[in-house]
Amino acid sequence: MGESKLDLLQGTLDLMVLQTLATMGEIHGYGIARRIEQASGDEVLLNQGTIYASLVRLQQRGWIAAKWGTSDNNRKAKFYSITRAGRKQLAKDAAYWQRLADVMGRVLAMGPAAASPVGGAQ
Amino acid sequence: MTQPRLRTAGLLRSALNRLWAFFHKQPLDADLDAEIAVHLDFAIEENIRSGMSPDEARRQALVRFGGVVQAKEGQRQARGLPWLDVLGQDLRYTLRTLRREPGFTAVAVLILALGIGANIAVFSVVNTLLLQPLPFPNSHQLVWIAPPPSKCGLSCATYSTDAYDQFRSTTRSFQDVTGYMAFSSADNLSLNLGAAPITATGIDVIANFFEVLGVRPAMGRAFTPNDALDGAPPVILLSNAWWRRQFNADPAIVGKTFDINGRQTTVIGILPASFDFGAVFSPGVKVDAITPLDLYGPPRDWGNIVTLIGRLKPGVSLAQARGDSKAASKIMCWNLKYPNTCGDYKDAVIPVPLKDYISGSLRRSLVVLWSAVGMILLIACVNLSNLMLARASARGKEFAMRSALGASRARIVRQLLTESLVLSAVGSLLGLGLAFVIVAWLAHQGAIALPLLSTLHIDAAALGWTLLIAISAAILFGLAPGLKMAGGNLQQALKDSGPGSGQGRRHERLRPILVVTEVALSCILLVGAGLLLRSFLKVLDVDLGFQPDRAAAIKVDYDDSVPNDKSGELRIAKRRVLFQQILARVHSIPGVEAAGMVDYLPLGQNRAWGLPIPKGRNPNDFKNVAGPLVYVISPGYFRAMGTRIRGRDVTWDDGFKSQNVVLISQAMARFFWPSEDAVGKILNGNGNDLLVIGVVDDVREESVEDSTGWQIYYPMTEATPNDAELVIRTTLPPASLAGSVMGALRELNPKQPQAEFRPITALVSHAVSPRRFFMFLVASFALLGLLLAALGIYGVISYSVTRKTQEIGIRMALGASRARVQADVMARTFTLALIGIAIGAIASFAVAALIASMLFETRPIDPPTFAAVAVLLASIALLAGYLPARRASNIDPMVALRNN
Repeated sequence: MGESKLDLLQGTLDLMVLQTLATMGEIHGYGIARRIEQASGDEVLLNQGTIYASLVRLQQRGWIAAKWGTSDNNRKAKFYSITRAGRKQLAKDAAYWQRLADVMGRVLAMGPAAASPVGGAQ
Repeated sequence: MTQPRLRTAGLLRSALNRLWAFFHKQPLDADLDAEIAVHLDFAIEENIRSGMSPDEARRQALVRFGGVVQAKEGQRQARGLPWLDVLGQDLRYTLRTLRREPGFTAVAVLILALGIGANIAVFSVVNTLLLQPLPFPNSHQLVWIAPPPSKCGLSCATYSTDAYDQFRSTTRSFQDVTGYMAFSSADNLSLNLGAAPITATGIDVIANFFEVLGVRPAMGRAFTPNDALDGAPPVILLSNAWWRRQFNADPAIVGKTFDINGRQTTVIGILPASFDFGAVFSPGVKVDAITPLDLYGPPRDWGNIVTLIGRLKPGVSLAQARGDSKAASKIMCWNLKYPNTCGDYKDAVIPVPLKDYISGSLRRSLVVLWSAVGMILLIACVNLSNLMLARASARGKEFAMRSALGASRARIVRQLLTESLVLSAVGSLLGLGLAFVIVAWLAHQGAIALPLLSTLHIDAAALGWTLLIAISAAILFGLAPGLKMAGGNLQQALKDSGPGSGQGRRHERLRPILVVTEVALSCILLVGAGLLLRSFLKVLDVDLGFQPDRAAAIKVDYDDSVPNDKSGELRIAKRRVLFQQILARVHSIPGVEAAGMVDYLPLGQNRAWGLPIPKGRNPNDFKNVAGPLVYVISPGYFRAMGTRIRGRDVTWDDGFKSQNVVLISQAMARFFWPSEDAVGKILNGNGNDLLVIGVVDDVREESVEDSTGWQIYYPMTEATPNDAELVIRTTLPPASLAGSVMGALRELNPKQPQAEFRPITALVSHAVSPRRFFMFLVASFALLGLLLAALGIYGVISYSVTRKTQEIGIRMALGASRARVQADVMARTFTLALIGIAIGAIASFAVAALIASMLFETRPIDPPTFAAVAVLLASIALLAGYLPARRASNIDPMVALRNN
């Protein structure tokens, strides 16, 4: 199954979590995990458990906040929300990823002739 | 611009959060547990809603979650300080292991404490004497200004006050120049507080002394030029120690007046505790008070009396100062009243860094001491390495099990290093305690003539040094076994069935090497100590020219002044009567064999008056010959000192309204009359004819180890003594006479102060104290090294016997006799010891050459020393091997074979 799903690059999970919180508002860990799975069309290989490391990391950096609350179906759950610093960071990181994706897109669009090992391997 | 700041703030925040998290594991873990439980509940609910059975829903939820334990661990690592967690685990585990083996732990800690303690103590000595600057501000600017070494003692090492004045005004390299009176003798102050006078030692210094050194009184003021004027009211600065001891640290003492030497003297200040005149300028002597030197009064005519200390101007080099001083030396006069003495100091005014003067000669000894103590630490580490290795082999299975369970190699090395770090930390703490004790003890050894010893203490540098050696030691003895174990073959170790199954040869190779190293190192130490010990014994054996045993001296107070005594004859007559009375009274004390007086005792201060030459010879023939040291004596002095005379002793009538007589030392007699008997010859000094009535033994006046200049003795009825030291020779232990002698002196002179009754042996032992100090320390280290080496040998042999119990059992079952088994073990021990001794002996040749300059009448390659060390080490090795060998021979084959 490793072939069929994308491995997450270092740091991308943090960005996904931030983006999820920015669009969804207050939401609990399971919600975040599901949201990312849905948004990515189940294409990324995500062990839901790994988001908790990401959540605590973001929290310690002050980009998200957390508090215990009650869910729609009356369960006690921990709800996360993005902070102002988190939004700034998200904007920065998103811009970075956008640029990287653009560059990658252009490089890969060069066509087979140009994409062969001219890149400097010789 | 805000970005970097933001990032730094973020990092800091994150670090603080991590630290906080580290200390709040439990609530955070509980929080996470709850969160994960809710997560799974949500997932299960959703799965059920989508039509799964409850079991399948739960299974799927867990699959999607992907490992609860991993998720928790990942979150913990992300939030806290994982390395600190691991360290904590290692520490806990280490403490548990060490507690389980109290014997091993105690031995290891003790060995380390001894090694590290000795190292810290010696480092403190080296640091204080050698590495630290002198305890004065900008002390690198301070220079000692003196003539080159000579044979005529202090008088040729000092300057006249006129010369000082000229030097100070002529030179341009110095901010200022100061000096002190080099001829102040011990117990020269007599403090009268009503009861019996109390003696103390004071030094006269030039008024700007404290300014030049940069020392400010703790209370009151330093001297001003006015204090030193002729006829100025007497003032005194007290040393901090004397102020505390004698005046109970009276906070209102400044301004008070006391009767000192019969004059009302005002205390103008208290010196800071950090300034100890004796510690810096006259090691082994305690100086209680400082008084100003009357530069322009009578001292003007006393000849060479002051030693000079200068402070260089900023930026002036030593070479510049030397050139400047050399130029000044050409015009300096011994006494301005005699213009022909101008130029007397030509080329004899040489500045050297004050620090070099004070501790330069000790550099080599200190470096040797430092190396010796370093070697002890090395031996201790090798020993511990050995112990750890033995332990590690015994724990081979444990480590194999741990790595089978997933512990990485690094983790196992880290575990072993943690163990050695914990051991060395505990050892260092104990060692530090030990060092505190040693250093406190050393700082109170006032009798050891080493500079700055009293200022010894454990400071930040010493603590830093402790940390450094503790960590290096831990790495040194922890790494080798660590790597060894971690590198071990997992399979083999797991299969190993423990003792007896011949656990790979590889372990057996490192340990003997360690033992050989230990033996070699202690061999070097022992050879060094042996050579120093032999030198010391040789020094004690030197013919001093007097017999220190059963002789003692006490300073006698007398007043021979006579008013209106123009010619000085009345004074001589009075002194003659006073001294006759004192000696007659002392002679009547039971147990006193002989008694006499002298103004300077050997191995203390001295002075010279120039060179008398045989009558009729041309003075120009003796231009560059140093004058003899001068002593003014009473009849009986030589007998009391145990100095042999050829000719006769002085009498009470010599020089007193009759011919002037002198006694001279053998070396002087030989120089002037190489082939004739000097007795009966006439010398001429300062225009006076002096009949040589006797030739006496050469006396070691300045140092026990070097022959000093010649000596000449004048009767006190002919020349004026500077002081009076009463020397008595007794049939009883000298100390037992202290009371009766003091009683006799008091009877004759109620003003006689309570002076110290000093055995002459104490003078000698003071003079040889630096050598004894170094010898004693190196010898202690050598013995410690020997002990550690013996322990090491015992450990290795004993361990190998234990490992080979089964093998030995088989051999005995096959018919090997007990004696044979024992001999085999002993032979193995002996081989190890011999290799160690051979390597050590070769290294010792090199080391001995390095300490050659510290030896006295002992060749660096001293066959008896080398032989003795080899025999000693070999016997100790055999002894250490004997116990395990006996154990081996007592192995019962049946038990040994069955036990496995």
